Amino acid sequence: MKKIDLTTHVLIPKHSKLGDKDKEEMLKRYNVSLKGLPKILVSDAGISHLSARPGDVIEIVRDSPTAGKAFFYRVVVDE
Amino acid sequence: MADIPKEFEYLPQGVLSRVKGEAPASKLKAVLGKVSEEFNNMQVSPGESVGLVAAESIGEPSTQMTLNTFHFAGVAEMNITMGLPRIIEVLDGRKNITTPMMDIYLEKPYSQGQDIKKIALSIKETLLRDVASEITINLADSRIEVIPDDAKLAEIGMTKPGVVSALKGQIKGVSVDLRKEFISFRLKKKEEGVNAIFKMKEKIKTLVIKGVKGISQVLPVKRGNEFIIITAGTNLKKILQMPMVDVTRTVSNDIFEIEAVLGIEAARQAIINEVYKVIENQGLNVDIRHMMLVADTMCNSGVIRGITRYGTVKEKVSVLARASFETPIKHLIDASLHGETDYLNSVVENVMINQPVPVGTGMVKLAMKEEQKK
Repeated sequence: MKKIDLTTHVLIPKHSKLGDKDKEEMLKRYNVSLKGLPKILVSDAGISHLSARPGDVIEIVRDSPTAGKAFFYRVVVDE
Repeated sequence: MADIPKEFEYLPQGVLSRVKGEAPASKLKAVLGKVSEEFNNMQVSPGESVGLVAAESIGEPSTQMTLNTFHFAGVAEMNITMGLPRIIEVLDGRKNITTPMMDIYLEKPYSQGQDIKKIALSIKETLLRDVASEITINLADSRIEVIPDDAKLAEIGMTKPGVVSALKGQIKGVSVDLRKEFISFRLKKKEEGVNAIFKMKEKIKTLVIKGVKGISQVLPVKRGNEFIIITAGTNLKKILQMPMVDVTRTVSNDIFEIEAVLGIEAARQAIINEVYKVIENQGLNVDIRHMMLVADTMCNSGVIRGITRYGTVKEKVSVLARASFETPIKHLIDASLHGETDYLNSVVENVMINQPVPVGTGMVKLAMKEEQKK
């Protein structure tokens, strides 16, 4: 069976895990709490290579047709 | 390339790269000044009811859409849900869509047409019932006998032993043997009743002996300067694991399948693409930002929620807002049983009780600093 690297798929934007310092800085910049962020499941296929844990913040760099590049943040949740 | 002055770095990258590409370096600052002024004027002001604008912007053109399905040229049985039914399907977050489809892109050299028909046929699923001339239950020996049709087997290029080895291990607790004339299925547990055998018969009919499960039709077509395979029925996970498939571009039109295989962000993008495809196809013009807002709302909680009373509306905090959408009695009774509180923070509930709604100028409140009083 072929080993497939899904991260190269056109539909999946770049996901990366924020470090603790970046996370604090981001929460301050947007004036939100972790609870107020959009969510992403731990089991999500887009972050399977990041070994993320609940409470981590994932930075997503989308290719936006209107802004060029758009940054988006999701907090990892389980359930 | 000239550097962007610090005060303009907040502009979106798309704007910056266009300015950088077109403005001469000497005038960069002046141009950026004008651009950022324009940019700030164009931004949505705080308190603007963007959701309402999006709803109307998608809703109005969709009243003008045709209700037709679209026939695929050449293949009579392949028609695709398009137009308003498709938009409703996507935005409602339906799990079972009417016409699941995939666009399979191939790696070179297959994308240039090499073996394209052979690959397409190898993907198409063939069920046991398609090649069986007779399926009978032998109650005396408590087994099921399937007599394959030789002509049909030859058509798909398979032999009886090949069929048996493909079947082995597909259902648990059943032993598969090739006898002289038929393939026999026997339950491994002896004491199972007649009921179990009848159930098994239904299961056996839909066993896949060749191809990928779920792909009921295949159609190789030329798109641009390469060959792709369009399928009716989807199985993204299995298809992506095939060696000749281009993993980066192969997509399904089933949003939930994309969520499961590629993740929530891919699903968000797929929702935008699917809705935009329909609108474009009908010759209508809707700004993509509206679709982006809807898709973001649907994917906010990490899983796809349709815009229905079971999906996004259920997430609303306010009881009155939920009750005003659909099934009001049910929501009001539930809320009173649980003793819910409505904090009147949103629009609908304030409309109901005749108060200013928190939209636009209704958002701001007057505040006064205590210590300035003398």
